[in-house]
Amino acid sequence: MAAAPDHLYILSSLIGKDFKIRYRNMSLGIFWSLLNPLIMVIVLTYVFTKVFSSNIPNYPLFVLIGLIPFNFFTLAWATGANSILDNAALVKKVLFRREVIPVSVVLGNVIHFVIQVALLMIFVVAFGEGVNRQWLWLPVVLGLEIIFVCGMALGFAALDVYYRDTRYVVESANLVLFWMVPIFYSFDQVPQQYRLFYELNPVAAVVHACRLIFLDAAAPPDSLLIKLPLVSCGAFLAGWTLFSRMKKRFTDYL
Amino acid sequence: MKAAGAMVLIELENVGKRYFLHHKRQLVAERLASRMRRDRVSFWALRNVDLRIRAGESIGIIGPNGAGKSTLLSIAVGVSEPTEGTARREGRVAALLELGSGFHPDLTGRENVHLNAALLGYSRAETRDRLDPIIDFAGIPDFIDEPLRTYSTGMIARLGFSVAIHLEPDVLVLDEVLAVGDREFQQKCVERIAEFRRQGKTLLFVSHAPGAVETLCQRAVWLEMGRVRRDGPAAEVVAEYQNHAATVSASA
Repeated sequence: MAAAPDHLYILSSLIGKDFKIRYRNMSLGIFWSLLNPLIMVIVLTYVFTKVFSSNIPNYPLFVLIGLIPFNFFTLAWATGANSILDNAALVKKVLFRREVIPVSVVLGNVIHFVIQVALLMIFVVAFGEGVNRQWLWLPVVLGLEIIFVCGMALGFAALDVYYRDTRYVVESANLVLFWMVPIFYSFDQVPQQYRLFYELNPVAAVVHACRLIFLDAAAPPDSLLIKLPLVSCGAFLAGWTLFSRMKKRFTDYL
Repeated sequence: MKAAGAMVLIELENVGKRYFLHHKRQLVAERLASRMRRDRVSFWALRNVDLRIRAGESIGIIGPNGAGKSTLLSIAVGVSEPTEGTARREGRVAALLELGSGFHPDLTGRENVHLNAALLGYSRAETRDRLDPIIDFAGIPDFIDEPLRTYSTGMIARLGFSVAIHLEPDVLVLDEVLAVGDREFQQKCVERIAEFRRQGKTLLFVSHAPGAVETLCQRAVWLEMGRVRRDGPAAEVVAEYQNHAATVSASA
């Protein structure tokens, strides 16, 4: 009698909703998602080649490779973490699987991420690095980042309902991450004793892997290929479990 | 009861719902501490509620403000979990507690219909088939491709009602629908609800207006302070409820 709800249709409808709402009243529309990283690249390149001198070659490209996975993570995590509160009216009044809200927000950000990665590939070629066969690692590495973000978004979205401070925790963590992910410096410059922190941080690991793939035509090291899936899938499981345990009482706190 | 042999679509058994009042306890440490001391201030919005809704029934919930009507609906629909007891559902319950809930002001009427139907568990094809009748019934052809923020309250209610009824759920849940919309539209709604009932479908209706419950429902449940005070034929329960209300206001 009751047909199984079509979760894919719900997901695509919610993603479409966010997308339309975001761009309907903007004249530049989706170009913002390209413009934003380019502006950051110009600023960072100015600071780290003119103010501080860096000897990293092709610095704008180097920074862009760091910025794009980082931007995706911060935006998707922050919007995902607020998503249940942002959709409180929906959660209180309509019954549907709650997980689709944070997941749809993350997947909506994936659209921008994919566009930005395409832009990045054009930059890589324009800077004369060329296409290499290690690019095949990209879907694996970036896919793991998406899984990681989904877990983080689910977990923090659930916490956010009970503790409204969660929003600020996420914001502060994102500010710290900007410095603690090798965006404007390279992983090789990190002193040996601090490297474990970077290796266990999926965002840093993804940036490091992308630089190896694009700039050195090298595969990500084996250790990274073990730790990244472990931490990403672990975060996903933890986030999912926390969310499904807490979702039953969402309506009481919204 | 008339539909005694029919399938039970919604079953609440000894349902209770307790809410905690937080007052100023917002800091994590204080909240945890008060949880440990078990001295949180709480109240029961519902207690010991048994309700069996069978296919083909039409039930109206009446009662004063704060009697637990909305809490009862949200538990029946599954949006909220009972603190004690169990709530079970069969079939497709149109689980939207407010017409137009889930509508977004920046989306057009048409886009909102799609989104709402998707959230309620309908597929793209099912929604497409119903789109024209939904738009027709709402009677707002000139506005359907305009963003919802340009709509009047009445227009949003029209569209919301139209979506809910055309999705043909097994149980239609309506919370105070007839309060909005003009007379003509109210009349249209009443007719459409009657037709829905003739198809043997089930209606769960909440209203402050006992008159509406009497016209639309066979059975009425009178809630008071979170408990079922009376459950029986709509005409009797409504009459008793009105008598009671009259005595209370006379003695006050």
